[in-house]
Amino acid sequence: MRSTLAFTAAATAVLFTVTGCATSAEPGPDGMTSDNSFTLYSGRAESLVQPLIDLFEDETGITVDVRYGDTPEMGALLLEEGDRTPAAVFLSQDGGALGALSAAGLFTTLPDDVTSVVADGFTSTDDTWVGVTGRARVIAYDSEKLSADAVPTTVDAFALPEWSGRLGIAPSNASFQAFVTAYRVLKGEEAADAWVAAVAANKPQIFENNNAVLAAVNDGVVETGLLNHYYWFRQAAETGAENMRAQLSYPEVGDPGAIVNVSGAGILATAATDADALEFVRFLVSTAAQEYFVAETFEYPLTTGMAAPAGLPAIESLVNPDLDLADLESLEITQQLLSKHGLI
Amino acid sequence: MPRWLIVLAAVCASAAAIPLIYLVARASEAGFATFAEILMRPRVLELAVNSIGFALAVTASCLALGTASAWVLSRVKLPGARILLLASALPLAVPSYLAAYGWLVWFPGINGFWASWFVMTVVCTPYVTLPVAAALRGASGDLESVARTLGRGPVRAFWAATWPQIRPAAIAGALLVCLYSLSDFGLVSMLRFQTLTWGINAAYGASFDRNQAALLALVLVVLALTVVTAERRVRGRSLATSGARAPLLRLRAARVPLVGIVLVAPVAGVLIPVFGLVARLVDAAAVRVIDPQRLVEALIATIGLAAAGAIAATLIALPIAAFAARAKGRLVSVIESLGYLGHALPGIVVGLSLVFFALAVVPVLYQSVIVLVFAYAVLFMPKAIGTTRSGIEAVPDSLTDVARTLGLSKTASWWRVTARLALPGVGVSALLVAIAVMKELPATLLLRPTGVSTLATELWGRTAVFEFGAAAPFAAALVLVAAVPAAFLSGIRGVAKEDL
Repeated sequence: MRSTLAFTAAATAVLFTVTGCATSAEPGPDGMTSDNSFTLYSGRAESLVQPLIDLFEDETGITVDVRYGDTPEMGALLLEEGDRTPAAVFLSQDGGALGALSAAGLFTTLPDDVTSVVADGFTSTDDTWVGVTGRARVIAYDSEKLSADAVPTTVDAFALPEWSGRLGIAPSNASFQAFVTAYRVLKGEEAADAWVAAVAANKPQIFENNNAVLAAVNDGVVETGLLNHYYWFRQAAETGAENMRAQLSYPEVGDPGAIVNVSGAGILATAATDADALEFVRFLVSTAAQEYFVAETFEYPLTTGMAAPAGLPAIESLVNPDLDLADLESLEITQQLLSKHGLI
Repeated sequence: MPRWLIVLAAVCASAAAIPLIYLVARASEAGFATFAEILMRPRVLELAVNSIGFALAVTASCLALGTASAWVLSRVKLPGARILLLASALPLAVPSYLAAYGWLVWFPGINGFWASWFVMTVVCTPYVTLPVAAALRGASGDLESVARTLGRGPVRAFWAATWPQIRPAAIAGALLVCLYSLSDFGLVSMLRFQTLTWGINAAYGASFDRNQAALLALVLVVLALTVVTAERRVRGRSLATSGARAPLLRLRAARVPLVGIVLVAPVAGVLIPVFGLVARLVDAAAVRVIDPQRLVEALIATIGLAAAGAIAATLIALPIAAFAARAKGRLVSVIESLGYLGHALPGIVVGLSLVFFALAVVPVLYQSVIVLVFAYAVLFMPKAIGTTRSGIEAVPDSLTDVARTLGLSKTASWWRVTARLALPGVGVSALLVAIAVMKELPATLLLRPTGVSTLATELWGRTAVFEFGAAAPFAAALVLVAAVPAAFLSGIRGVAKEDL
């Protein structure tokens, strides 16, 4: 029994090793090679992206070996693997993880025809990764306790004493930290420090992620919460929009609370010449893939000329002209700020 | 003590030291100044205090509830005693994150220390109940009767006469509870109590600061080593007493409250959360089609990995346990303490340390089943060390002496007498590890071969996107399949000790 198991395990190991090492093909004239397969690390959930990957496989005949995980863990894994990673492409839930991997020098530069289709402000500034979808920051509120017009139109309201204990946040989450960074960039360090201090003094309810914030608002545990819009639409699709106790409110244009976070993808430096990986990233910003995200995950398309999902404000109304995505890279200062006031 | 056993024990313990080596390597990258700066942050102190308070509170309540349940189960004549014993083992089959989730369905507002303490207590109580119930069945009741006739009340008689006999079993169980409470992330993140594991995950997740995560994990290591050392101090050796088993008490009047004590953990740790999951399933407007093929594949992978993990962890734990059972001194203390390390660290830390180790030493095996199974062995060998060691300790020296006088060599007498008699203990170890492997998530996500899914990863993949309807069959399958070894565990304990 034991020897059978050991044999099976060893055989499996060999099998995975063999499939892991690319059976290298002859490089083409542009130096790119293709073996009709590559490995994708996905920080986005299987049920959201696998249908799209299936479509890609059908269209191109390229096999995609997908490894699913949470974006933070996948990011940590890629950093640990370094140049020994079996991954060719990383599909990330948020721009923060892509920025961290880019800063560590793990990504190769993407060609112009991939990066130029996405508007500036929604993608990397050095072409090491490309934005794929956008998510608006929103205020979720408990519609049984608050009327729509009682919901603040600016996040500054949450610094007032009257909101003490009535706000839910996920401060260790990348999307919240991107928002605080935006606040710093737009209103200055002093104002940001005062806002974080006042919000912390208001004893907000702390959650681990956006899902938990939304669930709490929807269950009447907390009156309001700061999160990304598409979590609401995902849950509404599961439980029925008419059953949603939580409703969404969009902060006014120009407010630091009204920014757009992006998900995106990058090609690992170790796969710089992998034509299959490049084809996949090119596919992600194609009309077919962008339409898929609009219809199935309720996210904003990022390629120019695509319409927002039904029922959502136009992305232009959420874009802050004073804010460049590149400004959001000073994550460390944001974390020091949140840590100083005991939120992370 | 054969020398090869000492060497073998040291080699096995060094497997458990891999995460520690990794953490020290990462932490030293940060440099001493950063180290000192991070340690001095009030936030780190707060998280450490939370972790310590939480682990101690859960350990104390599991010890009390588990010992009381075990006493009722093995000393009082009850209707349906076998079923109650089985029920008392079932909370083991419910992953802590699932229990927390199930409670949140009924009481969405619960959060913080008390909620986390309560749910953690009910899911961990079997770690104390099962070994103590077994020890009680094996313990002599003579002394307690003597104490009673000398005028001691029932509680004082229990303390004076019976507690010393079950103490090693109770404390070994309490150690597992304590280490698990220190290392768990799923439950405290759902119930929003911020411990060191929360800080570690936040460091990996938002800032990708592996060095800071490593420093926080080292604080956890220090806490865990303190706990393991303390346990070695207070454990003591089981007093081998002979004599008649205690007669079952007929406490008709007190039956209801006594059965109530035994039912706290199964009701709060299994029934309430499982019904919560079922309620969510019924709620789901879009009930998705269950994909039977994926369910079966995940089930097979889960069972296969659990079996392989159980065998690997038990084999690695065996030399350490054999050494610790028979030797005293600093060396054995170091080796045994190292063996417990993996259990005190969050799965993500052990997972990343093995990514680091496998890529550096055996890149060919990276993302293979072998490294994953090895990770399970590192994570869960503590569950095997304690029970295996008690099993070996319970074999009287006189028996091996007899075997030696009959002309058997040291090794042969160990194999033919000690190993055979300790076998039930080894079996219990294997079952405990198998259950833990089935429920494991973070290390599995990091180390599994690309494309392989277990019930726990399938469950994670669906709850992450609100597909509770689609998640429910996987959750149900996980609890059911983990209940099988748990059921064996409630049975084997009794049989094993009664045979000795």
